[in-house]
Amino acid sequence: MTALQRKLAEARAEGRAALVGYYPAGLPDVDSSVRVIEAMVAGGCDVIEVGLPYSDPTMDGPVIQQASDAALAAGTTPKDVLAVVRATAETGAAALVMSYWNPIEQYGVDAFAADMAAAGGAGVITPDLIPEEAGPWIRASDASGLDRIFLVAPSSTDQRLKLTCDASRGFVYAASLMGVTGTRDKVAATARKLVQRVRGATRDSGLPVCVGLGISNGAQAAEVASYADGVIVGSGFCRRVLDAPDLDTACAQVRDFAAELAEGVRSAAR
Amino acid sequence: MNTNSAHPVPPYLSEGGHYGRFGGRFSPEALVAALDEVAVAWDKAKHDPEFQAELHRLLTEYTGRPSPLTEARNFSEYCNGARILLKREDLNHTGSHKINNVLGQALLTKRMGKTRVIAETGAGQHGVATATACALLGLECVIYMGEEDTRRQALNVARMNMLGAEVVPVTVGSRTLKDAVNEAFRDWVANVDTTHYLLGTVAGPHPFPSMVRDLHYIIGAEARQQVLERTGALPDAVAACVGGGSNAIGIFAAFIPDETVRLYGFEAGGEGIGTGRHAASITGGSVGVFQGARTFVLQDEHGQTVPSHSISAGLDYPAVGPEHAWLADSGRATYAPVTDAEAMEAFRLLCRTEGIIPAIESAHALAGARTIGAELGPDATILVSLSGRGDKDVNTAAAYFGLLGDRGEQDR
Repeated sequence: MTALQRKLAEARAEGRAALVGYYPAGLPDVDSSVRVIEAMVAGGCDVIEVGLPYSDPTMDGPVIQQASDAALAAGTTPKDVLAVVRATAETGAAALVMSYWNPIEQYGVDAFAADMAAAGGAGVITPDLIPEEAGPWIRASDASGLDRIFLVAPSSTDQRLKLTCDASRGFVYAASLMGVTGTRDKVAATARKLVQRVRGATRDSGLPVCVGLGISNGAQAAEVASYADGVIVGSGFCRRVLDAPDLDTACAQVRDFAAELAEGVRSAAR
Repeated sequence: MNTNSAHPVPPYLSEGGHYGRFGGRFSPEALVAALDEVAVAWDKAKHDPEFQAELHRLLTEYTGRPSPLTEARNFSEYCNGARILLKREDLNHTGSHKINNVLGQALLTKRMGKTRVIAETGAGQHGVATATACALLGLECVIYMGEEDTRRQALNVARMNMLGAEVVPVTVGSRTLKDAVNEAFRDWVANVDTTHYLLGTVAGPHPFPSMVRDLHYIIGAEARQQVLERTGALPDAVAACVGGGSNAIGIFAAFIPDETVRLYGFEAGGEGIGTGRHAASITGGSVGVFQGARTFVLQDEHGQTVPSHSISAGLDYPAVGPEHAWLADSGRATYAPVTDAEAMEAFRLLCRTEGIIPAIESAHALAGARTIGAELGPDATILVSLSGRGDKDVNTAAAYFGLLGDRGEQDR
């Protein structure tokens, strides 16, 4: 059982959804990003997605684009990302990497999987990799015992939901709406419907489903937690750090925000 | 194997859109349904006589096809005496080959019941062509353009506005063509129910590379027949410029089965491959995944995209269509860089010797033809894709050749 699977099982045993927080390695620098992640965990994140900053993040809205650009400008490399993964795993949270596919391919697919596992990482989320193109990744993640998280979207056909859930391990990432990352005023109505459809496709496997995109406060987290196994929040954390005057303020705000979300997933009516 | 001789499917294209190890579909799951919808709609349309008749009517009555084949007798002198035949895509409506693809995809947009079109543009040629087709067919049109490019190509922004399109300056990333593509994908995923992304080159996830190829196949199909009629034989070589590579695929495709015909793609060598300031993805890049496909990319050791450079905005893109990657890898086509300086010399020569102002993109193919002429000798016949006209480049060229005097200094 990976650390991710353990965290999701623990949350389930507590009768709640898990809180999954995204934060890019290297924002504003490698050491500071570890401090921000520690604040996220202290506030109540069960799982951390360490973002591997990429020059062309087509799935991301303005906040994460800005965060990625800043992390790249600070010189963040995949080795740095793995160092942040190691530090994250040491906090007791499950550590994932969220990465567009090309940086992993350039690192070497097998090498990345092995180094990720060696750093204590539990799995990898690949937003621009669909199972049809993932042959080498499926083999490498199997060999290294890593979870692999593919995405499903409201537009996914039933056939593709099944295909994608079958290829996933750990959880499947349900994009709440048709769009890019970023905060929204309301949780999209498409999210609940999609989770219901995923449940149909995972009846046999019982694969957990976590929902991301557009969740940015405790009330929204509570709403999603009422029907999903995990709630994923990213832009809200990045925004707080980008806007903060200094690291201490950033960490305090990040911790408070994580606590608000953690309270949300615990208050959800299930 | 597709039986429609108008758009034969190459035998090396897999059902999932792979050209050997290149191509494919590296795109968010959210877009897969839309990509499938486009693939199915295009497959149906290209076998539908009614669609083909409508497209043919537009290509003849509106675009002005077939485009002529012009023998460049004077320019030949600067190509070691080789016989130079220019395929005149510059004479198409809107001034380049781009309209071939745009009209086809705009018609397809209507067939899919969508009302809004988005597109990316670098120099503005594809944006202008898209705005044109949308005006003609009554489609809402939004063009994404890097902020940097909106400044460099202010006149084309005005043209698009006049045609009723909204031009959105892209202020993220490097603020150039690749970032405009990213923004278009972001728009598409949020508006896919109403919107078609009219991608302007043979790149991106499947089915874009093969669909855009199909729509430009007419360039080579016409040219092959015109050369045969004019000279009684196939050309010895075909030359085209390659950025994303749509005009090159268009003129190459009909000749790929003709094994005696050498195919040459000329990439933007910028200030020279050694300087790192270029846009030659095949010659100076490496294999990676970028904007939906596996292909040659300009990237650093960590897989981060490296900014491209070319005097020609239309070639200033850090990757290349996956079929070109396959043609290069398999050896069927040869790719080589042409520097800014070599392209501008060919630009000047064609203006002076033939009275034709080529697009700076196409000038890369002309410079390449001079190299091929030197290699193959005076008996060779070289077909050159004159993919666009140079009206849009007059400012750049005038500044380059120092013809603007004080005004040019002010502009800079």
